[in-house]
Amino acid sequence: MVELKQEPQKLTAFLCGELDHHHVKEIRETVDFAVREQLPPLVILDFSKVTFMDSSGIGLIMGRSHLMEEYGGVLEIHNPSAHIRKVLRISGTDRLAVIRNQANGRGMARYEQAQ
Amino acid sequence: MNKLNELKCTFPARSENEGFARTMVCAFAAQLNPTIEELADLRTAVSEAVTNSIVHGYRGRTDGVIAVTVRLLPDDVIYIRIADRGCGIADVPKAMEPLYSSAPAEERAGLGFTVMESFTDKLSVSSKVDKGTTVIMRKKIRHESDSTED
Repeated sequence: MVELKQEPQKLTAFLCGELDHHHVKEIRETVDFAVREQLPPLVILDFSKVTFMDSSGIGLIMGRSHLMEEYGGVLEIHNPSAHIRKVLRISGTDRLAVIRNQANGRGMARYEQAQ
Repeated sequence: MNKLNELKCTFPARSENEGFARTMVCAFAAQLNPTIEELADLRTAVSEAVTNSIVHGYRGRTDGVIAVTVRLLPDDVIYIRIADRGCGIADVPKAMEPLYSSAPAEERAGLGFTVMESFTDKLSVSSKVDKGTTVIMRKKIRHESDSTED
C-alpha cells in the first residue's frame, strides 16, 4: 500500500490503491515510523497510484501535516487525480500542504491554478 | 416511492467491507451509464456513510450490521439508504458541521457528512441515541452520452 524512497533531506511515500479508513492505518504507521527516524525537511506523499480516496485520506494528510509542524518540515502532495483534487478542494487541504503535479515539469504551486 | 429497480444488502460492520459496499452501489448505478466523475462521487459518498457506521455507530463493537438499500427512481435518480443500529447521534446538526469529529485522535477529518453533501444532490440524516442512524442520499445521474455527444 505504500513504498518509501529515502534520500538525503527528502522522504517520498508512494501511496498505492484505495485510501479508505480500512487501508490508511498501515500507511500511517509506515510513513510515521520513517519520518520520526529520519526527520526529513521535505516529505512527499505521491498519489499517482491512488485509485480512490475518501475523507480518511484527508485525515492522513492532516495528521502528517501536524507531525511535520512539530519539527518544521514541509509536506507536499504530488500527482493527485481529478477525483482526489475534488476531495482535497472540499476539505481545504491546500492550506496544509503544497500540491504539485510533476507531469508538467516545474510543478504547480497550488492545485487551484491547475483547474 | 416509484422504484424502477432495487438492491438490498446487509453485511457485518467491518472495515474490510467498506470497499465492497461502495463497489456494490456503483455496480448497481452502472445501469444508468453514469460518467466516471459521477461514479467517483457515489463511491466516495457511500464510503463516508459506511465508515461512519463502523467507526462511530458501532464503536467498540464487533457484532454490528449495516443495511444498504439502493433504488433506481424515475428521472435517473439513484437513492441510497445506509442504516445501522448503533449508538446513534445525539446532536445531528453538530455532527454535520464541517471539521467536527468525535474522534479527532484517530485522525478522522470530520468531513464525512460534508463529502456526502457535496457529492450527492440531497442528504438526509435521521438518528436516535441507542437506536441507530440512517443516512439517505439521492443523486441524479446524467447519461454519459449527453455530455460526450457532438
